[in-house]
Amino acid sequence: MTYTLEGRTGTWEIVCGLEVHAQVISKAKLFSGAATAFGAAPNTQVSFVDAAFPGMLPVINRECVAQAIRTGLGLNAQINLWSRFDRKNYFYADLPAGYQISQYQHPIVGKGEIVIDLADGTTRTIGITRLHLEQDAGKSLHDQHPTKSYIDLNRAGVALMEIVSEPDIRSPEEAGAYLAKLRQILRYLGTCDGNMEEGSLRADVNVSVRRPGEMYRTRCEVKNVNSIRFVMQAIEAEARRQIEVWESGGEVQQETRLFDPNRGVTRPMRSKEHAHDYRYFPDPDLLPLELDPAWIAELKAHLPELPDAKAARFQRDYGLSAYDARVLVAEQATADYYEAVARGRDPKQAANWVMGDLFAALNRSGRSIADPPVPAASLGRLLDLIADDTISGRIAKQVFEEMVETGADPVAIVEARGLRQVTDTGAIDAAVAQVLAAHADKVAEYKSGKDKLFGFFVGQVMKAMAGKGNPALVNEALKRALS
Amino acid sequence: MSLDAETVRRIAALARIRVKEEEVARLQGELNHILAWIEQLAEVDTDGVEPLPGAMRMKLKMREDVVTEGDLHEAILANAPDRADNALGSFFAVPKVVE
Repeated sequence: MTYTLEGRTGTWEIVCGLEVHAQVISKAKLFSGAATAFGAAPNTQVSFVDAAFPGMLPVINRECVAQAIRTGLGLNAQINLWSRFDRKNYFYADLPAGYQISQYQHPIVGKGEIVIDLADGTTRTIGITRLHLEQDAGKSLHDQHPTKSYIDLNRAGVALMEIVSEPDIRSPEEAGAYLAKLRQILRYLGTCDGNMEEGSLRADVNVSVRRPGEMYRTRCEVKNVNSIRFVMQAIEAEARRQIEVWESGGEVQQETRLFDPNRGVTRPMRSKEHAHDYRYFPDPDLLPLELDPAWIAELKAHLPELPDAKAARFQRDYGLSAYDARVLVAEQATADYYEAVARGRDPKQAANWVMGDLFAALNRSGRSIADPPVPAASLGRLLDLIADDTISGRIAKQVFEEMVETGADPVAIVEARGLRQVTDTGAIDAAVAQVLAAHADKVAEYKSGKDKLFGFFVGQVMKAMAGKGNPALVNEALKRALS
Repeated sequence: MSLDAETVRRIAALARIRVKEEEVARLQGELNHILAWIEQLAEVDTDGVEPLPGAMRMKLKMREDVVTEGDLHEAILANAPDRADNALGSFFAVPKVVE
């Protein structure tokens, strides 16, 4: 169903495309040997190249190129064997050279696509226009001094991938799903950590509105939106603003805007009032980037299994529902954890424990799946104890809570606490006899047709056995005694 | 192709070069002279000729992903017109630019 917004004069559709800047995972910068690690003291990770000292020449980092190729392959995109670096010229205090080395006419990656997952269980394919490599700028701190801005060039020269989508997105939900899926793919590939708070992934959102069936109208670009939620909010806010402009007889002007999450509105960016003239030209310091098809094939051979393929395999091999499979592949670490538990065991039961008890434990403890309070092997041993009837499912929940708290092994907990299930039929029969003797009145009622009392007897026997009676054996013994 | 005075002022502004009004006419002449040379190159028939990215027949050299430099902040900041040092560390200081 098409997402629409109602204006005063009728219905409007949203047309949206995203430009995402993803910081490449590498040790050193795109064109220098300075480090990329986050959080270092200001200006300590800056080479003379990054600071644009005269006479310094850029030398490209092979791993950054490999990361761009891996990402292109992960987006089912065309890898261009010949690409080129251009200078994008503009002045800003955190851009020491006065230009950014980027790729304009000849990007390293061409057309690709992303399949997004929507809340109603459907999918849609969003086209990728291109991906190119470029340098990040430095960071300006505006809150340190009343009249000065402070510049930290640690980030200057770090490799970015700019990933541009086609204007295929039609609702805030689709934009959110696109960004979430792109982030997931990047994290699986290990090409970007996807950390939006630290700015490793930033989105510029292009938005326009139109009447159903129309061609495109003028768009505006909302810059630097730094969370999935804000992207969704910014699109709706900007679309509503444009609808108001059109409906009151005005005309939307193409411009760059900023989203103010506190007020939920977009506003024009002052510094961009003068239309940018970047005067792109080929960077004379760099030769064209020519790729060997054998290298691309090698990178392709070592790509990890990506989320969609993994989810399909989980449904096929483990018999999971589409929903469960999607939840379990959300993070590579979750999928790995699940597989370690499920392998050689009941896969549906493993999924229930991971998505139920384990996720709850992670939430309570504030820990991540990469650092779980219960290792996958331990949870697996707990499931083994259920499978071989050492403990019942109910006791297992109790054991799991203790595993979360103490980190102890389930086998040790079961032994130390004497939780081993009683399968000795003699002991069960004795408990049954004791319960029936104590409730002679109820036995009489049961025998006169009150079948529902069977559950009561089960509960009483379990209580008498401190919850450790094997439920199937208790049932059998009761049936025998009551018949 | 020839540049008018307004384009000369615009190029100067984009390059952050302050040009006095009385210099515009001279610069306009010089730039148009340079453009005329460039246009002469366009007269050469280059159909079917591969672009020459550099004078030397070399391939792009790549570096390995290894950190080779760091802690150069004193040298990096040595020629800064203004710097600032606080508890966070050392920065370039520039007139405030706030969006």
